[in-house]
Amino acid sequence: MAATNSASITVSGDLSVQYLLRIGDTCLIQAQRLGEWSGHAPLVEEDIALSNTALDLIGQARGVLTRAGQIEARQGGQGHDEDQLAFRRDERDYRNLTIVELPRGDFAATMLRTAMLATFFKLLWQRLADSADAELAAIAGKAVKEARYHQEHAADWVVRLGDGTPESTARMKAAIDWLWPYTAEIFESDAVDEHAAAEHLGPRWSDLQDDWRAELAAIAAEAGLALPADRPFRSTGKAGRHSEHLGYILAEMQHLQRAFPGGVW
Amino acid sequence: MSAAAGRPKAGSAPPGGSGEVQDASVGAPVREWPLWEVFVRSKAGLDHKHCGSLHAADAKLAIQLARDVYTRRQEGVSVWVVRSDQIVASDPGDKAAFFDPMADKVYRHPTFYELPKSVDHM
Repeated sequence: MAATNSASITVSGDLSVQYLLRIGDTCLIQAQRLGEWSGHAPLVEEDIALSNTALDLIGQARGVLTRAGQIEARQGGQGHDEDQLAFRRDERDYRNLTIVELPRGDFAATMLRTAMLATFFKLLWQRLADSADAELAAIAGKAVKEARYHQEHAADWVVRLGDGTPESTARMKAAIDWLWPYTAEIFESDAVDEHAAAEHLGPRWSDLQDDWRAELAAIAAEAGLALPADRPFRSTGKAGRHSEHLGYILAEMQHLQRAFPGGVW
Repeated sequence: MSAAAGRPKAGSAPPGGSGEVQDASVGAPVREWPLWEVFVRSKAGLDHKHCGSLHAADAKLAIQLARDVYTRRQEGVSVWVVRSDQIVASDPGDKAAFFDPMADKVYRHPTFYELPKSVDHM
């Protein structure tokens, strides 16, 4: 188990490590947000479905963060384990997409965000299944099945609500207007992406944009919704510059490990 | 689909707002979703077995929710759902007339045969 120490850690700036942190952190924070529905979903069956999705994402985050720590060690860094990476990094060292740290919103926003993320992750895991890193490829091979189901379930809800009552349609439209600008960040490639592509670790995320847009457009069309026009706004969570919301999530998520370092069940 | 959206308090849905659950205090959904019975086949070659029920708006959602509610621990390889109101059941009041006469007809049971050990699931 982790050393009994609650001090913050800093993580290697190695580009492979950063690439993995973006994936693992996005899964982890999305899971934390979905977990907020536990006991609060509109019906008990959906409550279980949302918790299932969150647990799948936590499993993916564990695998990817563990691998990030192993690569960090291999590059001569300190080599943190999954718990240290999850519970002892500060906000600026988190590399998740901003979209997952936004408040969970209503059920429509939750389902739309889940559909957007799951579509992206499905495409990403499909490519990562061919990664030159065998560990990552193995994680991806399992995760792609989970992402496929998350996408199907959430996209069905986007269609049901978008093509539902005036109330549900209005909520889904509001959710799209709110969340759409944050999706641009996903496909902004940088040196981390170039490195990953050159090393055959994984695709540039920008390479996934066309497929992602096509799938989202199909879902929106079925739901009778229009996708908003692109705007110049760019969120910057992948670079560690987060919205005001992430600090609160980490405070809640990390409190126990910070207060009782190395505590286990 | 009116049940799905719930009934919010006026103005309670700021996108990105506090995310309060929309209708906890305002009341139940307008209309209950229909009940579905769930049958899971635990492995190829076995029968689908009834394992419970759930509420869902339609067949597609019923299958998805059955997957989430009843097959989370690798219980199954196949799921059936059927609307509970489509099942025709015997009347509990007919129990005596339907079932009691069979009790003393032991010859109707194939218990006098020895089954080979290699025959499973009979």
